[in-house]
Amino acid sequence: MSTINQSGWRPTTPQAGEASDISTFTGNRALMLEEALIFEIGSSETTGVDFGDVPAAPSRLGGLERSAEIGLPGLSEPETVRHYTRLSRQNYAIDLGLFPLGSCTMKHNPRLNERMARLPGFADIHPLAPVDTVQGALEVIDQLAHWLITLTGMQAVAMSPKAGAHGELCGILAIRSALDAQGQQDRKILLVPTSAHGTNPATAAFAGFSVEDIPATEDGRVDLEALKARLGPDIAGVMITNPNTCGLFERDMKAISDAVHAAGGYVYCDGANFNAIVGRVRPGDLGVDAMHINLHKTFSTPHGGGGPGSGPVVLSAALAPYAPLPFVEKDGDKFHLVEEETAGEHHAGTFGRMTAFNGQMGMFTRALTYILSHGADGLRQVAEDSVLNANYILRSMTDVLDAPFAKYGPCMHEAIFSDKGLPEGLSTIDIAKGLIDEGYHPMTVYFPLVVHGAMLVEPTETESKATLDQFIGAFRSVAARAKNGDPTIKTAPHFAPRRRLDETLAARKPVLAWKAPAQAEAAE
Amino acid sequence: MSRYFTEDHEWIDVDGDTATVGITEYAQSQLGDIVFVEVPEEGKEVAKGDDAAVVESVKAASDVYAPVSGTVIEGNEALADNPALVNEDPEGEGWFFKLTLADTSELDSLMNDSAYQDYVSKL
Repeated sequence: MSTINQSGWRPTTPQAGEASDISTFTGNRALMLEEALIFEIGSSETTGVDFGDVPAAPSRLGGLERSAEIGLPGLSEPETVRHYTRLSRQNYAIDLGLFPLGSCTMKHNPRLNERMARLPGFADIHPLAPVDTVQGALEVIDQLAHWLITLTGMQAVAMSPKAGAHGELCGILAIRSALDAQGQQDRKILLVPTSAHGTNPATAAFAGFSVEDIPATEDGRVDLEALKARLGPDIAGVMITNPNTCGLFERDMKAISDAVHAAGGYVYCDGANFNAIVGRVRPGDLGVDAMHINLHKTFSTPHGGGGPGSGPVVLSAALAPYAPLPFVEKDGDKFHLVEEETAGEHHAGTFGRMTAFNGQMGMFTRALTYILSHGADGLRQVAEDSVLNANYILRSMTDVLDAPFAKYGPCMHEAIFSDKGLPEGLSTIDIAKGLIDEGYHPMTVYFPLVVHGAMLVEPTETESKATLDQFIGAFRSVAARAKNGDPTIKTAPHFAPRRRLDETLAARKPVLAWKAPAQAEAAE
Repeated sequence: MSRYFTEDHEWIDVDGDTATVGITEYAQSQLGDIVFVEVPEEGKEVAKGDDAAVVESVKAASDVYAPVSGTVIEGNEALADNPALVNEDPEGEGWFFKLTLADTSELDSLMNDSAYQDYVSKL
């Protein structure tokens, strides 16, 4: 017999015990780690880099030298890495699970896109590099522009706008320029449906228009008759989202465009939801004059968590002459940039420039990769699957939640529910918080404003049926708890790093910057 | 003194040619916790239906319209520091602004208390 193992008896089966609210010394709960702010940990004496003593140099600041500590946090390299890794574990991301939020953050970002965007020929170039040295990059912009024009059935595209609202501004400035060119300065009003994204009226106001609401019909669409009745010589145009924020296709879109054109106005379409119709419907065929496309949504470029947006604007023949500079043009087999010096006579109507350079090159590369890897048939399937997935969720929930538009037919890319039928004292926010306990980021809540206690779920085409089924199971369970008046849902979330937060206090007395404890006390 | 109401859930107390304007109990209950109020400055001229004030809750920001035309004589300064007054006492301490009426006949199109309660009960 060999030497006896003397390490002692070690139980290897769990003992029965009470699950309780045991507190821990660290505040951590196993892998759920408490992490203080970076200013509250470390020491200003600590550094990740070992500098030699800096020799004293005579000051030339004339008495304006800093007199107090600058207050930078001090952490070593491993401490810094751990700090941000710990924080990242408290985050929810599309790489962790389904993101039901109806926004541009919720779609898978294919890794192939990332690989292409990192090719040195795209990633390491400068916007001021001589055009002869960046022909490949200009070709990417030109090819993407061609796809966007083709997919939308429009005349031209302005590639430089940096995101959706910036794109809206581009389109509305083009409309303003067209009206000015016709001497129609008196057209000062833009009509915007009540269900519009908040950026629509903001854009109109910023561009110098006043805004009037167009009412919605019972089934969540623009009231065509009310719109027609309001058209006249003071109306510059309409801003309509299609598919709209109620998740519905504006089936009167062509009639709306015809009526607006007949009255001398222009049609701006908010194309934020283009992913639901790409490859199926060409907005140009519906009479749209300008529409932005969120590359960071429809064409999957990363946005949530810090990726830049990109909002190219497609323009009709009527608005194309006013498109902003710069843009890429092909001359024989060479690409060049049309800028102020070269716009000359063939683009003299431009309303100017919205950005210093050509737009979000990194996003262009990703979007073109997405388009080419899907192909025309794949893009069509993107739209079909996004609509199929949203309808699957809609129809899986209608026996537990009120769906105000469900009786009028299928939805497009997003399913909308209301808080109707929930017991007194329970509302949409409780269902949202309950979903956090189930491990999901909540859906969009209280938008669109035309639905009481709105819950807007946009699953996107990315998700499989198995993933949707799991989400539906969780959503149904939480909704049923709310419907049955389960009091524990009122205090959800129970399992998140923080419990229910006081949003009112946060809004009334926001603390927007960290202050050292001494400072904070002095400020009290 | 008599009190009138609008379909946009504002109330107006009229005393001679001076009117005090606020939002109703129903409006505050629908808005939820009020976190910010912007009231018009003294001397501002408003026409009936103009945007006169802004009220922001945790849910949404809304415009408060001038229920009648007139000249603003006072905005409720207390709301800047304590917007919660609108939740606590919407039809009293939580008033928004006072104005001098330009045209008292505009009051004729507004609702009285019982008509407003009737209106709200049907929403």
